[in-house]
Amino acid sequence: MPIKVRIPTPLQKLTQNKGEVEASGQTVAQVLASLESQYNGLKTRLYDENGQLRRFINFYVNDEDIRFLQGDQTVVKDGDEISIVPAIAGGS
Amino acid sequence: MPDRDILVWSNFLKIKMYSIALKCRECGHEYPKTPIHVCEFCFGPLEVVYDYDLIKKNLTREKIESRGPNMWRYRELLPVDQEPTVGRQVGFTPLRRANRLARTLGVKELYIKNDTVNYPTLSFKDRVVSVALSKARELGFKVVACASTGNLANSVAANAAAGDFESFVFIPYDLEPTKVLGTMIYGTHLVGIHGTYDEVNRLCSEIAGKYRWAFVNINMRPYYAEGSKSMGYEIVEQLGWQVPRHVVVPMASGSLLTKIDKAFSELEKIGLVADNKAKIYGAQATGCAPISTAVKNHWDIFKPVKPNTIAKSLAIGNPADGFYAARTITRTGGWCDDATDEEIIAGIHLLAETEGIFAETAGGVTMAVTKKLIEQGRIPKDESVVLCITGHGLKTQEAIVGHLDKPPIIEPMIGEFEGLIKKIGGKYV
Repeated sequence: MPIKVRIPTPLQKLTQNKGEVEASGQTVAQVLASLESQYNGLKTRLYDENGQLRRFINFYVNDEDIRFLQGDQTVVKDGDEISIVPAIAGGS
Repeated sequence: MPDRDILVWSNFLKIKMYSIALKCRECGHEYPKTPIHVCEFCFGPLEVVYDYDLIKKNLTREKIESRGPNMWRYRELLPVDQEPTVGRQVGFTPLRRANRLARTLGVKELYIKNDTVNYPTLSFKDRVVSVALSKARELGFKVVACASTGNLANSVAANAAAGDFESFVFIPYDLEPTKVLGTMIYGTHLVGIHGTYDEVNRLCSEIAGKYRWAFVNINMRPYYAEGSKSMGYEIVEQLGWQVPRHVVVPMASGSLLTKIDKAFSELEKIGLVADNKAKIYGAQATGCAPISTAVKNHWDIFKPVKPNTIAKSLAIGNPADGFYAARTITRTGGWCDDATDEEIIAGIHLLAETEGIFAETAGGVTMAVTKKLIEQGRIPKDESVVLCITGHGLKTQEAIVGHLDKPPIIEPMIGEFEGLIKKIGGKYV
């Protein structure tokens, strides 16, 4: 069973307007690489030029922020869900 | 009209454009000066870009000193293109040398930047709101709005009323009654939300996407946040064009702290001060200390928290500028700490009893954390220290109720008073 990935509205232009796509891999990084092979251009939106995940995008595996797991090396298994959510830059 | 055309026209008409664009703090993408706050490419926050060479040519100490005592004396460094239309009297609050407090803490040179008397709503938020609303007018908005922990609510409601805007203000439902009253009185549309500030903010982001309003701390945020720099410029000017060595700043979103640091750097960049060695310290409440926790643990990310503190104006569990605030503190060689509810109350008492300044709970946080940092030796005792006190105590009286004795009540007879004096005892007898 593949991994389900939720795509935020501003990136859906790259995923043929799909809000939810499927990909495979053993880690978050592998899933994102597999997504890039399906939807060209996604990777540069998610990673910076140093190969780090962009700071103002939050990635969740089953609702847990991967910054507090193992980052993009977080292991995923079939049936897991990855959510990509832009951080909200509002505030007092 | 594209920005380049505006530049050409402004040159032709001899209008000087000191702020020229918005730029992503993360990936550097540039955007025209429109009501947007997030980079379309990488989702990083946008910041105003200035033409510092032009500012350097046009702004001198003498020019600033010749202007009125308000934050607009630094207008070249603020992102409005026309004369400001809102908050003309805001800012230039007192910077007081605090000798009694300095003696109590055992330090040589201590100052209070006293924004408890900022005009018109008694907090530093009038600085950011006057910029946001002046810019909103330039951009053609009729309705302004905000998500707030209280002080911003007061300021948006009051300045919108005075500036002839309609306003919507969104707050957590359990804010202090004084802050609710001090918002409603101005005739705004006030909406309480069942949730924390972070939930209010999230909802407001959705509303901002749907309605064409100027949300001061969302789509107007790049301009709005720049208003905080005026506090930094004033500190430097009021110290005789000297940058202080140590500045303690309360942190909610972390924005004020980063902007005070930016103000010092800009004054150095345009040649108005020579020697910026300021270390910036952040103060949070123990019940909501995501930035302080990150700095103390040397993390380069912070973990959002669910706030639980009497310092409601600082109760932001997922601070928008948390990352940049932590980085600023570390880069300048500053530090962080946090204060419990009891320490906050004690801090409010200490500031009031030594300096006659009644601060709100956020001021109690700044006071308590400053005391800790001095006791820890993080802030040395022989260098200049400035405390940024950002809001008035009359706004958070609930926090103090029950922590003060009731005054004695006597009959109008001298004998009764003499009996009372005997009870007080000491030198009065």
